[in-house]
Amino acid sequence: MGLFGKFKNALNKTKQSFLSKLDDLFKRSIGDDFFDELEELLISSDVSVKTSMEIVENLRDRVKTERLKDKDFVIEIFKEELTNMLLEGGKVEIETPAIIMLVGVNGVGKTTTIGKLANKFIKEGKSVTIAAADTFRAAAADQLSVWADRAKVRIIKHQEGGDPSAVVFDAIASAKAKETDILIIDTAGRLHVKANLMEELKKMDKIIKREYPEANLYKLMVLDATTGQNAFSQVEAFDKDIGINGLVLTKLDGTAKGGFIISLSRELEAPVCFVGTGEKIDDIEDFDAKEFIEGLF
Amino acid sequence: MALFSSLSEKLNHVFSKLTKHGRLTELEIKQAMREIRIALLEADVNIVVAKQFINKVSEKAVGQEILKSLSPTQQVIKIVNEELIALMGSTNSKLEVSGSSPTVIMMSGLQGAGKTTLCGKLALYLKKQGKNPLLVGCDIYRPAAIEQLKVVGGNAGVEVFEKGTQDPVKTSEQAIKHAKSYGFDTVIIDTAGRLQIDEDMMQELERVKKAVNPTEILLVIDSMIGQVAVEVADTFNKRLEVTGLVLTKLDGDTRGGATLSAKAVTGKPIKFCSTGEKLGDLEPFYPDRMASRILGMGDVLTLIERAETAISEEQAKKLEKKFRENTFTLEDYLTQFDAIKNMGGIKDLLSMMPGLGGKMNLSNLNIDEKQVGQIKAIILSMTKKERRDPSILNASRKKRIVEGSGTTVQEVNKLLKNFEQTKQMMKQMKNNKMFRF
Ligand SMILES: Nc1nc2c(ncn2[C@@H]2O[C@H](COP(=O)(O)OP(=O)(O)O)[C@@H](O)[C@H]2O)c(=O)[nH]1
Ligand SMILES: [Mg+2]
Repeated sequence: MGLFGKFKNALNKTKQSFLSKLDDLFKRSIGDDFFDELEELLISSDVSVKTSMEIVENLRDRVKTERLKDKDFVIEIFKEELTNMLLEGGKVEIETPAIIMLVGVNGVGKTTTIGKLANKFIKEGKSVTIAAADTFRAAAADQLSVWADRAKVRIIKHQEGGDPSAVVFDAIASAKAKETDILIIDTAGRLHVKANLMEELKKMDKIIKREYPEANLYKLMVLDATTGQNAFSQVEAFDKDIGINGLVLTKLDGTAKGGFIISLSRELEAPVCFVGTGEKIDDIEDFDAKEFIEGLF
Repeated sequence: MALFSSLSEKLNHVFSKLTKHGRLTELEIKQAMREIRIALLEADVNIVVAKQFINKVSEKAVGQEILKSLSPTQQVIKIVNEELIALMGSTNSKLEVSGSSPTVIMMSGLQGAGKTTLCGKLALYLKKQGKNPLLVGCDIYRPAAIEQLKVVGGNAGVEVFEKGTQDPVKTSEQAIKHAKSYGFDTVIIDTAGRLQIDEDMMQELERVKKAVNPTEILLVIDSMIGQVAVEVADTFNKRLEVTGLVLTKLDGDTRGGATLSAKAVTGKPIKFCSTGEKLGDLEPFYPDRMASRILGMGDVLTLIERAETAISEEQAKKLEKKFRENTFTLEDYLTQFDAIKNMGGIKDLLSMMPGLGGKMNLSNLNIDEKQVGQIKAIILSMTKKERRDPSILNASRKKRIVEGSGTTVQEVNKLLKNFEQTKQMMKQMKNNKMFRF
């Protein structure tokens, strides 16, 4: 399977319905219906209403001023525009020594993604340690331990109910002592409206910067592709409190599109780094903007 | 600014040319519905569901006489609100009980929806009702899922039945036998999260269902879910004939439009709302509150209900009377803020207050505190008379207040506007008979 084979496969499942919708679109001339349905297509993929309206409106203008007649061509330039929007998010290269902290709301797939990432980095020949700083959710450390075994990496954990910052502190000391390339930190899921939990995260961020300033710190926010417009509010809050460097989009093996990332990544000025395409250890891919947009159509 | 006001401002604009003629015309309704549609989509209501909803509401609205007591905007919101409430059904959180013990409750839903936590909450809820529930761990896939259920069960003081990674069908059958032998009257089966398109996994649920014939099959839905809600709810319902829906993570700031989507496509009652990570955070579903949340009106009703525990009974009665008689003053507004401050969890409560919630970023406590402080300072700089009747506030009075409170005229005006909005909303809710204590 090629580099994006699985990713494509995951997106393929929903391709059918979109293509048939688009076939209908193609039959018609480039009139109001064409643009309306294009807009609905975007909204159905959870692109924000505002963005959907704006970019379709821009396309409408462009079609008019450039007197475009060929529908295939119009769709192509539209895809290109969307891809470019995504690319405006920039790029992140993980440089060692690195600390990757995964954050996000409850149940989006942080812990699972850490298992997959650890495995990926190990395969790339890096040394990896993971830290179970979700001391809140029941059996969260047990869950991460299973992933540590699967990926064959070291795990630093404390008692349930302990101070997550203390876990981070110990993990950094251990990573330094063993000269680990990449330390990945799991955090408890938290709704972004809970100030005390966000404070806890800020504290962890501070400790990392204080204890290991030489390491490159990547704060990745995990977003579930099934999420709707709340994704914007989530990212805004996390970014404001700790600063987000990149995104991970999970559960793309389902039928949800996660279209919100199109404008989100640009506004955040941070890229989508990885995508999750299943529950198995290999179900992770580097993100490819072009593939993603192709997958929507 | 509260989202409610943004929708109502847009509608005000639509109706700005109205007032003279006495009926809502088709054109105006069409324009108004455009705004409503956007509001619904922004709240994650599915695009097809929104379309159907708009058609229905338009039919109702066209030609309606404008009531003297309401502005056209208020009237349209009233119709939309009533229709939303009607569609979302009743406040019915009763769980069916089987004629022959034990009653079996089976969970279903996507990964990460919140099923395991909900199991613990339901177990505690049933225990408090004098039932004797048994939890059953059938998520044999996610690492440590059964461990998690055991911890949750332990916290609820409820026994957890599990057979490791044994086939869930066999485990649930054994659990029923176990329940019968040891006198458990309710069995709650936790299942693994699964995608609705995962054929093997959907078949597994069908097999468990066939084996233990559950009285309740609950579909657990993350309230932050987007457009895909319709497809997910429809598939689960078609495969399993679910008996009810449960919404989770409603303690966030999602508008929760998926509620409408899931309800519209399944027709099944929404039985509970999950509103926090603690075991006690389980609430009945109130369609009226959800309607105002979807419309972005600020969940004033929930605010008030929660405030009840902080405000004394007596204070609450007084407040209710004031709302009823429409004599709610700035003094009461101040009392409200004080009560909220005493309540803890100030963040989510504030997010529900018109004028503070909505788009404002609530993750920074300092800003909230500062804003509340400002509001307090402004109100405290007013005379008693001004607090009771802010309409007397002319330029020179405002200047004095600005100086006294160390704020700006804009801030004073903003407060007055928010206060008016709160009052208006109270009035409207009272008119709609959706205001109850
Ligand atoms: N289908 C699918 N499920 C996933 C994916 N990533 C995570 N999950 C599942 O989502 C659920 C929540 O994941 P978890 O890692 O515990 O989320 P956390 O609370 O953010 O740590 C689990 O059942 C995972 O197996 C993915 O890419 N695809
Ligand atoms: Mg986790």
